[in-house]
Amino acid sequence: MYKRALQLILIVFVAFTMLGASTPTGRFNRLGHDLVCTCGCAEILLECNHTSCPASPGEIADLHAQIDSGASDAAIFKFFAAKYGPTVLAEPVRGGFDTVAWIGPFAFLLLGIALILLLLRLWKARHARLAPAAPEIPTPNADALRDRIRDETNYGE
Amino acid sequence: MPFFGSVSLLLALALSVYTLLAGTLSLWAIAHGRALAIAPERIRETARRAGIASFVAVTAAAFALVWAFFTNDFSVDYVLHHSSIALPGFYKFSSIWSGQEGSLLLWAWLLAAYGFVLRIRHKTDITLHAYASTILSGVQIFFLLLVNFIALPFAIVPGGVGPADGFGLNPLLQYAEMVIHPPMLYLGYVGFAVPFAFALGALMMRYPGEKWIQITRRWTMVAWLFLTCGIILGMHWAYAVLGWGGYWGWDPVENASLMPWLTGTAFLHSVMMQEKRGMMKGWNVWLIFITFILTILGTLLTRSGLVSSVHAFAESDIGTWFVWFLVLVMAVCLFTFLYNRDHLRNENHLESLVSRESSFLFNNLVLLAACFTVLWGTLFPVLSEFVQGSKVTMGAPFYNRVAVPIGIFLLFLTGVGPLLAWRSTSLRAIRRNFVLPCIAIIVTTIVLIIAGVRPWSAENQASGDVGSSIYALVCIALGVGVITAIVAEFLRGANVVHTQTGKNLVASTILLTRRNTRRYGGYLIHFGVVIMFIGLAGSAFNQSRESEMSFGDSINLGGYKVVCQSYSEDSNPNYDSQFALLDVYHNGKKITRLAPERRVYFVNTDHAQPSTVVAIHSSLQNDLYVVFEGTNPDNDKPIIKFFINPLVNWIWVGVVIVIFGTFIALVPPLKTATRRVEVPSPLAPDPTRMDPALGGGLARGSVPLTAPEGPHV
Repeated sequence: MYKRALQLILIVFVAFTMLGASTPTGRFNRLGHDLVCTCGCAEILLECNHTSCPASPGEIADLHAQIDSGASDAAIFKFFAAKYGPTVLAEPVRGGFDTVAWIGPFAFLLLGIALILLLLRLWKARHARLAPAAPEIPTPNADALRDRIRDETNYGE
Repeated sequence: MPFFGSVSLLLALALSVYTLLAGTLSLWAIAHGRALAIAPERIRETARRAGIASFVAVTAAAFALVWAFFTNDFSVDYVLHHSSIALPGFYKFSSIWSGQEGSLLLWAWLLAAYGFVLRIRHKTDITLHAYASTILSGVQIFFLLLVNFIALPFAIVPGGVGPADGFGLNPLLQYAEMVIHPPMLYLGYVGFAVPFAFALGALMMRYPGEKWIQITRRWTMVAWLFLTCGIILGMHWAYAVLGWGGYWGWDPVENASLMPWLTGTAFLHSVMMQEKRGMMKGWNVWLIFITFILTILGTLLTRSGLVSSVHAFAESDIGTWFVWFLVLVMAVCLFTFLYNRDHLRNENHLESLVSRESSFLFNNLVLLAACFTVLWGTLFPVLSEFVQGSKVTMGAPFYNRVAVPIGIFLLFLTGVGPLLAWRSTSLRAIRRNFVLPCIAIIVTTIVLIIAGVRPWSAENQASGDVGSSIYALVCIALGVGVITAIVAEFLRGANVVHTQTGKNLVASTILLTRRNTRRYGGYLIHFGVVIMFIGLAGSAFNQSRESEMSFGDSINLGGYKVVCQSYSEDSNPNYDSQFALLDVYHNGKKITRLAPERRVYFVNTDHAQPSTVVAIHSSLQNDLYVVFEGTNPDNDKPIIKFFINPLVNWIWVGVVIVIFGTFIALVPPLKTATRRVEVPSPLAPDPTRMDPALGGGLARGSVPLTAPEGPHV
């Protein structure tokens, strides 16, 4: 049951992430938001609002031309990086060391989660080793009783 | 006046040095039981008074600069470069912090002001306050050294006589919010120096117990509140002035303000674990150390030009000084921690993964991951240049892909954390507490999909931004779930109070909040944050369109029809402007007239650049955001860009709730009130034999009972 649900979630997730790359307009919008205007305003290419901007019309024309030529995303980024310099890409997508930029934050998060789980395990093990064996409380439903106590005392503290 | 200001700054430096030296000597003598020629307690008191006097001296210097601005004293180099005769008085005041020297003076003055309050309130705990005061004076010395010897606010122009008029203020800063945004931000930055000083002091003196945390909690919350307000005012300024349709551009300087906010938020949460269960002592100390270090790093990033930023107007070579100060602070923190780490031994440990402690731990982890992401994204261009020889751009797409999922995880924890009990939570309690929020999430998702929020729709595919729509859907649904959990918590508590007191639900909720302002103020802050998240999610559905608008031309966008009535030009001594008058119709009815404007500040020769004044029609549903981009050189027609930005107002409303919640959390809770009730004791003697020593009223042996008069915490 859980396995099926997991598979379904995975399919939906993949379907969602794969969507959006299919139409030419969509692709132009997506790629145009992954590039930066090089006039010095540091705006996303399709969001540069400068009248008579010296850079963005040329870049937009290049982007149209590249899409029309059927180049892949990677090839388009390579073209732009070669023509305008690597800072034209709004995010590090050239591969190689650029990949480290993407790995860093998630590695930090995963490492942190692993550390918490490890600490929890160590603490529990130490707690079990040091704590004397508690006598069995002869309460038939300790959880229910604890919940009730919490309910009745939780309001003010 | 410039001379008076310079002398005041020198005097403030001398007094701060005395505070540091005398404070250190006296505290060392007291801690080691050493006798000095003068009693250490007296030396400590003189150090405190010198600290107070340094505030007066820095205030005098700040006043001298204000005076120089308002009297147009262009012989002062700083005034010459940041003001002009035509500049309105309102902005002359904000010019004080528009450049390097003035903003450093503002920093020094705010630090002195915080120190003043701390030293005045020293009776709460004299020794701890003496430690904090001494540490604070160390920080103060650094900033006073800068304004005395490196970045001089009272430097005189060559020749000693200034020109007839100044260069004026950067046009981007000529906006009402700029008068209040930097001081708010600085109040937050500088404010974190106080809990830092307390934490370092408590560690140095091996402070017994957790009282220092209670003392510093309000200081931390106040600093956090100021920083929150500062960040939000900056967002609003960017939204209303820069004219690109957004409010957060992930600029390095914006990032610099966000980082200490994130770690400060983590500290405010994890500190509860130390108070309640004696856990995470070392962690908390480091959180506040890091928060302070990040405020210095933020200033370093702003000042040094290490990374490219729109705040480049504040750049200089002062960064080296900040690097050394940063190294010194880190060394002191590390040494103090290592020397006293045995004092930070935890009294309890985490017992269950499904517990309040655990949720705080994950909350801390996610906040730190967010902080790391921002730091990583800010510094990666420098790292990339070092490794590959070329800089890269870390723009909004990077942060949107990395920080948004982390933010959604944080939103999830905001809802889950308060529903878990301390130590461990039973399965039954989980089921009971989570049912309603889960139902709310499912129902909201269905309603949103029915209402048209469909990430798979052709419209989203055309915009090429399916991912943002999915995040927005998840964020809004999760947000409603969290709000449901918060409301359920209020109702549950209010019901108990209602049962006890018989008051109606509203009165019970108010009483409940007053009984535990910290807890329920915290819930209100969470509520505000969720509202802000929903507002941020709205950006996934932004629309924009650019159009030339001549007389009578109209466009339709997002349910609005905009008709151009006229366009014209204007001029005043400070700037020239072009503007358009646009009538806005909704459902065939005229709702407002907007006047987007473009200004050129011709007085300003130092920072000459055009500036936009955005026109916005706001509603809870969306903002119609209109920018006058310029005129077509071929036909002189205005080029107007229109944006539809959904739910932006929710962000500002959310902030107001956060501020309100913080004030509630700062208010002391209702205390137990007791009433003396006399009842005859079985041991009491015969009432006829009254004890005259008690005024004949109360018989010896009677038992005074306390009866709750007011609510009890």
